[in-house]
Amino acid sequence: MSEIALEMKNITKRFPLVVANDQVNFQVYKGEIHALVGENGAGKTTLMSILYGLYQADSGEIFINGKKVEINNPNIAIKLKIGMVHQHFMLVPPLTVTENVILGMEPIKNNFIIDMEQAVKKVEELSKSMGFKIDPHAKVESISVGIQQRVEIIKVLYRGAEILVMDEPTAVLTPQEAEELFEILRSLKKQDKTIIFITHKLNEVMSLSDRVTVMRKGKVVGIKNTRDTDQEEIASMMVGRKVIFEIEKKEHPFGKIVLKVENLTALNNKKLPALKNISFTIREGEIFGFAGVEGNGQTELVEVLAGLRKSTGGKIYLYDQDITNSSPRNIREKNIAHIPEDRRLRGLILDFTVYENIILGSHYRQPFNNTLSLNFSHIYKHTDHLIKNFDIRPPSKDNKLKSLSGGNQQKVIVARELFGEPKLLIASQPTRGLDVGSIEFVHQQILKEREKGKAILLVSADLEEILSLSDRIAVIYEGKIVDILDPKQTNEKELGLLMTGSRMNKKITQIES
Amino acid sequence: MNKYRKIDYYTIFEALTPLIAVFFALLVGAIVIVLVGEDPLNVYKILFSNAISNRDGWGNVLFRATPLIFTGMAVAFAFRCGLFNIGGEGQVYVGAFLATWVGFTFTNLPSFILIPLCIFSAAAGGAFWAAVPGMLKAKTGVHEVIVTIMMNWIAFSLTFFLVLKYKAAATPDMVAAGVKQMIPHTEEIAQAARLPRLYTILKSMNIDFPSHNQINVSFFIAIGIAILAYYILWKTNLGYEIRAVGYNPLAAEYGGINVAKNIILAMVISGAFAGLVATNEVMGFKYRWRQELFTNLGFNGIAVALLGKNHPFGVVLAAILFGILNYGGAIVNIFTEGRIPREIIMVLQAVIVIFVVISDEIVKRFIRKRRKLA
Repeated sequence: MSEIALEMKNITKRFPLVVANDQVNFQVYKGEIHALVGENGAGKTTLMSILYGLYQADSGEIFINGKKVEINNPNIAIKLKIGMVHQHFMLVPPLTVTENVILGMEPIKNNFIIDMEQAVKKVEELSKSMGFKIDPHAKVESISVGIQQRVEIIKVLYRGAEILVMDEPTAVLTPQEAEELFEILRSLKKQDKTIIFITHKLNEVMSLSDRVTVMRKGKVVGIKNTRDTDQEEIASMMVGRKVIFEIEKKEHPFGKIVLKVENLTALNNKKLPALKNISFTIREGEIFGFAGVEGNGQTELVEVLAGLRKSTGGKIYLYDQDITNSSPRNIREKNIAHIPEDRRLRGLILDFTVYENIILGSHYRQPFNNTLSLNFSHIYKHTDHLIKNFDIRPPSKDNKLKSLSGGNQQKVIVARELFGEPKLLIASQPTRGLDVGSIEFVHQQILKEREKGKAILLVSADLEEILSLSDRIAVIYEGKIVDILDPKQTNEKELGLLMTGSRMNKKITQIES
Repeated sequence: MNKYRKIDYYTIFEALTPLIAVFFALLVGAIVIVLVGEDPLNVYKILFSNAISNRDGWGNVLFRATPLIFTGMAVAFAFRCGLFNIGGEGQVYVGAFLATWVGFTFTNLPSFILIPLCIFSAAAGGAFWAAVPGMLKAKTGVHEVIVTIMMNWIAFSLTFFLVLKYKAAATPDMVAAGVKQMIPHTEEIAQAARLPRLYTILKSMNIDFPSHNQINVSFFIAIGIAILAYYILWKTNLGYEIRAVGYNPLAAEYGGINVAKNIILAMVISGAFAGLVATNEVMGFKYRWRQELFTNLGFNGIAVALLGKNHPFGVVLAAILFGILNYGGAIVNIFTEGRIPREIIMVLQAVIVIFVVISDEIVKRFIRKRRKLA
């Protein structure tokens, strides 16, 4: 356990505008699971990219098993038995599991032919050693995201990796899938593999890792044995101040019904039914959460409510006013705000400046638009005001959105959508990909709206978020609401089961038996 | 603080890439000239000194730049909405023919009605021709590149049919000279439909300017169009919506912007700009439709827009550069007694475009790499 598998000494990497790694010392023991945590832009990814040969450090040294090495490109890293599982999978969907695993390192027989038999055997062996089964002949496009991730792991092990770098591996998984992944990682640990686990989910750090290294602004700010620390300590190291974990939610009576959805149906992009008779209501001062595995109709529901997708049946009422299939502009004019799930694709125009994005949606109205031209002096004033109120950094209205960090991009959306006192806020994955500080900020904003008596529809893949914010939770599965729960009387486990339709199956078997 | 200054430096660097491209293109051109056996410095000296060292040269350059400003603006404007309008050629033809027809048909109208009417017809013809691909794109999603190419062919054939239908009779001089065949052309437009040449205006102000120089009022219309386009794109609600659709149609839709409407509008405005070529070629120069008068003006607009980085002021500068090469090339041909044919200077134009594309990509990658994780 005390043998050092990897040591990175005094690593410094400068980019023109920033020092991404500043004299970083990073040490990993053989056979441990080591969590590397920090906010976005803290330098975790840069450090791992240097280890994997994607970048070269300006100064510093790397030792593998005590031997000094130069890693100039990923091929050298692979030879040194370093493997990386990227956040976005590098798989070829139409190829089979086996074909993907051997891609680039195909076993050859008779000097000419790919030895498929041996490859299949190897894939089966590797999956068995980690305690799961996988169909080596299944096409990657036909298997779930969780299984695809296992293919990535097998791929890395097939190349002989002893040190595995996992870059935010749970970002795409359901709680159950994540738990299964942890089992796999623990079994790899038993085989004496070394695992570096990049994350900013602190509960994962606590339940999985042996040690944790915390980075902030390019520097290592703490190295701890996991059992000697807690979430609060890690979080405050990450952001450099105390983080409020407990969400303070005051109990208050709910007001009138703001949004009423009746028997709503809609199709997805493939023209298949995505929503099947969805009905629910949200009252003033209430946060109504939607939990579900992605792709079960949440996206379509939000789009229909925001006017971005036509419903095929059912009614939507805002304070008794029928708004079914209104245009996005009409819906905005009725004071419905929308934080979209994909901020880069839907919510922002990345090539526009901050002020241009701030007026999106109300750009055509007074006071931003006069008859002949946009009213720039007012737009600038308004933007500067929001930049100050929402602490958008860097504080310049002229920056293009693409140059901002994810957290600040989201702040631009939140600032825009919450301005003008919306009656209903639709927040879809509002904290996806954000760091601890930004998540805290977004949560506070949502709760502030709740206190002001606004109705809030919250869709999130993060069950912790759903549980802590919502007043009621609807679980959506295959386009139907399978249950509406009180967050005080449920937990992640129950939600996770409902989300995958498990209880439904149980019910059916009960009826059958 | 230093941080922001550095970003500005990159932005300026990015904006200046066409200059780097022009420099390298001139270098490649020099190699070609050496291979032909001439002295490149001498050739460039002839080219530039004749084009831009005197009033006559400038007049010729700007006259040749005028149609390219119109077609370049057409391409650049549509591009801001994410549309690749390569139908400028067809839009020029239709606009020009319509303007010509109005000009030789309503001959008894006074100038202050007929000139605006002809200008309007030119714009309307081009706008209509571009509206068709715009509508097909907006309503059915058919790609505008395909439709505009097809519309070009329809425009060629349609105007050729019309010019034969409205063909002017041979003049007595031609009959006397025994000319049997001539390039098909229409009657001349009415005197009242003609735009004044620049020399008539300068003469009234007692400024010396050669009377044979063809630069006319259309140049100022072109400059006006560039300013108008700039104003629309960056100062108005309409331009905001058009650019939003161009950058990210999904976000535009989310922001309550009618994507289909803006696509059609952008194409209509783009086509109108292209159609206005008629103000220079017909109303200010030949006073009639003549077959082949407009050839390649629309297509060259694509190169001009590219070189001008789809910015109105860039387009004006790029069009002037093409005007210099165009006019200077003709002069070089005469001065070298044909040893440096105009085609070599045309090669220069093509090389510039290629270098713009390459250097643009190189600079973008360079900046992206530098900015990564910054």
